Amino acid sequence: MSTLPPFQRFLDTHRDDVLRFLVATVGRHDADDAFQETFLSALRAYPRLRPNSNLRSWVLTIAHRKALDVHRARGRRPLPVAELDDRPAHPAPADGGRGGDHWNRVRALPPRQREVLTLRYAADLTHAEIALALGCTEAAARRAAADGLKTLRKELSDVPAPA
Amino acid sequence: MSLHPPDLQPGHAAALAARTAARAADEGIADVVYATVDSPVGRLVAVATRRGLARLAYELENGGLDTVLDEVAVRLSPAIVEAPARLDDVRRELDEYFAGRRRDFALPLDWALVRTPFHRGVLHAATEIPFGATSTYREIAAAAGSPTAYRATGNALGSNPIPIVVPCHRVLASSGGLGGYTGGLERKRLLLSLEGGMLGV
Repeated sequence: MSTLPPFQRFLDTHRDDVLRFLVATVGRHDADDAFQETFLSALRAYPRLRPNSNLRSWVLTIAHRKALDVHRARGRRPLPVAELDDRPAHPAPADGGRGGDHWNRVRALPPRQREVLTLRYAADLTHAEIALALGCTEAAARRAAADGLKTLRKELSDVPAPA
Repeated sequence: MSLHPPDLQPGHAAALAARTAARAADEGIADVVYATVDSPVGRLVAVATRRGLARLAYELENGGLDTVLDEVAVRLSPAIVEAPARLDDVRRELDEYFAGRRRDFALPLDWALVRTPFHRGVLHAATEIPFGATSTYREIAAAAGSPTAYRATGNALGSNPIPIVVPCHRVLASSGGLGGYTGGLERKRLLLSLEGGMLGV
């Protein structure tokens, strides 16, 4: 019988993936708070989780919901999203951040396209896992990803084709 | 350039994880907290619940940190985080003990990892042996209410989840031999000599 790992090990295993996803979808400024909210929510639910759950997609789904909270809160703020994103809470990495500009553009896409592209390319979830996280069909997830990439390609030349 | 995951600053996710774990402990969301504690008898893993110290493991003798935490996850709760600040009292009392400045521990204990009422009785009897003194398996069996069960008493002491603080090292064979110890006989000898009681053993 499989058992849940001690939460600390789960946290250490998935912390980098969760933070990368959150930086992509809400930007560096809000990622730290969303990260803590994600893992605190996960911990509250953890003892009742089925031991054979896919822990990685489970925690990324929670992170996705926390990111939605951030986007909703921004919608209520007077400042436009683009302005908030131009205020990094942390200095960018020395190389300028691979694809940093791209994620800024992804954040400006319609919500469903933004959600699918960040879950696919920042969190590395499969389209099937994304469909589960978003409560849509796999076909709808693929379509949203294709639409999002098409929009991005109008502005950029080398975004990967849909996987 | 393409659509790669964003880069992270080195150490940033680890620092955030540590901050999150500390919050989980402070806000009472975690059921169990742990920390490692360095000591003259090797690195210890201290594990506490809301009630108190539930486990003090010899990291090497007891299978390593992962094994210790796996067992706690199964038997108590998987909602475990590393929270060194929550175990400051444990660390301080152990430091004082090993420095020769403390004879009795005042830490609250959680007996949840003790398997049976008999084991509980045996370990309680062991806590009554004062610093610097020793007892025997036979005497402890009698104190626990089963004078003939000294083999079971040895098993109970051998599975003591909170060694050092629950001083099972003060229990010796009736023949005068060291008997056994959860942390290995070398450590039993060391603890006894630290307490000044059994220098020649």
